Amino acid sequence: MSDSAQLAPEKVDIDITRAAIAPVRNYTGIVLTLLSGLFVAVIIASLSWVLWDVGKEGIQRISWDVLTQTRYPAPGLTEGGFGHAIVGSLMVLATGAALSFPFGILAAVYLSEFGRGTRLAYLVKFSCNVLTGVPAILCGLFAYAVVVRGSGFSAFSGGVALGVLMLPIVIRSTEEALLLVSPDMRLASIGLGSTRFQTTMRVVLPAAAPAIVTGLILALARAAGEAAPLLFTAFNNNFWSTNLFGPVATLPVMVYFFSIIPFRLQQELAWAGALVLLAIVLAASLIARFLVHRTRR
Amino acid sequence: MTSAATGYGSPPNPDIDVDIEKKASPSRAVDVGFVRLTLALAGFAGIILIWVILQTTEAALPAIQQFGLGFLVTARWNPVENIYGVLPQIYGSLMTSLVALIFAIPLGIGTAIFLTEGFAPKWVTAPIGFAIELIVAIPSVVLGLWGIFVLIPAVRPIFRAINQTLGWIPFFGGPAPRGPSLLIVAMVLGIMISPIIISITRSTFESLPRSLKEGALALGATRWETILTVMIPAGLSGIVSSIMLALGRALGETMVAAMLSGNANRINISLMQPGSTITALIASQFGEAGRLQVSALMYAGVVLMVLTLLVNIVAEIIIRKFQNLEQ
Repeated sequence: MSDSAQLAPEKVDIDITRAAIAPVRNYTGIVLTLLSGLFVAVIIASLSWVLWDVGKEGIQRISWDVLTQTRYPAPGLTEGGFGHAIVGSLMVLATGAALSFPFGILAAVYLSEFGRGTRLAYLVKFSCNVLTGVPAILCGLFAYAVVVRGSGFSAFSGGVALGVLMLPIVIRSTEEALLLVSPDMRLASIGLGSTRFQTTMRVVLPAAAPAIVTGLILALARAAGEAAPLLFTAFNNNFWSTNLFGPVATLPVMVYFFSIIPFRLQQELAWAGALVLLAIVLAASLIARFLVHRTRR
Repeated sequence: MTSAATGYGSPPNPDIDVDIEKKASPSRAVDVGFVRLTLALAGFAGIILIWVILQTTEAALPAIQQFGLGFLVTARWNPVENIYGVLPQIYGSLMTSLVALIFAIPLGIGTAIFLTEGFAPKWVTAPIGFAIELIVAIPSVVLGLWGIFVLIPAVRPIFRAINQTLGWIPFFGGPAPRGPSLLIVAMVLGIMISPIIISITRSTFESLPRSLKEGALALGATRWETILTVMIPAGLSGIVSSIMLALGRALGETMVAAMLSGNANRINISLMQPGSTITALIASQFGEAGRLQVSALMYAGVVLMVLTLLVNIVAEIIIRKFQNLEQ
């Protein structure tokens, strides 16, 4: 009798623990789960909201005419497009690529193939990582100080700014691509009597090519959307120009200038330009993703 | 092939040696030259950061000599009298970045947890991961355009309501908000930088040893207790460095600030009133700047560079330390 009397309150205690503590732990968990789901929803909703508006507003104005007309409309007139800005963007990007791609790839070859573990490689990597974090507008100020002060606004100076912007991205992605190549391939090549030059050029670089190209595409996509470094290097041009050493119009700068002036037509062109820019960078990341998938297989 | 004729065991034929030398020397020169070329380019790549710093500072020298450190605490930007100072811009840059972090830290860490801790199957998390990559890819000038024509009109009534009811809080005070403001900049920046926090936090969580998590679960911790008391403390250095990198990105973001801040050259404690940032100042003033003003803008650029370099170097060091601990 006395035993069962002692047992009874213990049972009650256990019930209380279950009833009082476990649900609190569960409710906290449920609340936190809902909260993190909400955060995901906020991010996805913002992205969809931006894409929806750029698509909707851009589609309305975009036409073959707008893409091929080679002068901006003068205020009050309706004739005009941004074909010359597309060409200008391509010129600036091509200059930036010509400066940064060979440079970056060869520097990455040193980091991955010849200088691995050296102090220099460590310093270069550190400085590249810091350079990645340098704001794009400072690349523009640098190009202004180095090129524009001497020779005026030019597509070339814009290319220098974008080149500085792309270089650390190229070096980092190329180095990562090279590190993915199996060491066996290098040993086999050297074992067959190849020099380091031959091994790098005929074995390592071809094997890493898809991953390297992916990195290059992503670097280009990043640079293609940048307006800040071009504001005071490539500057702007209302008319057609293919002069590498004169100012040219570019898409991002056009979107900026036309979005802050109070003319309806120009604002519509800004939306159309934004849609083109968005299409370019989205296509680039889809291509890059596709290439990555193919390499992994 | 003379070597085949000599066969094994026979003394080395001097002719063969000569042949090999002749064949080998040009390609050896190419080889050595190639290695040295890559070495030189890697060294040059390491110097570019220093070159950028020195060149910008050199262009800023006239302004540095003229204004000294007073530049940092002067709240005037007057091209007519040639008096320049960036105090409002420093305030604006720090305020927008910190408020952006207040938005981005919960968004980023929450999403990273959602993506890594098994709350949803892979066919749900994979598209979300891709969408987050897309946010990074959107050019900032497009976000600025969207901010001007879509976000500002959409939030204006909300801002006005907050301003009317909570106007006694300095951060929400002032006259009825018109839209362009530091808070709008911070909101867009918050969305822009959360993918940085997501991706680094995510890979940090994925790189933690499974035994940590399994141990906590085996001791009876719930999923969230495991996350809060084991995973987050263990991955703290990764999370902190991702926040630092995001801060650096927010400080340096130009177009969003230039298009949405209102470019007002004064300190407004209220986040709902127009303000300016260092980047917005440079972008909006450079076009019509005279000599000393260009130099002053370069000086502003140097201030920005010092801020972002500090933030990035700290982040980089934290990441390196973390990597060393893992190995």
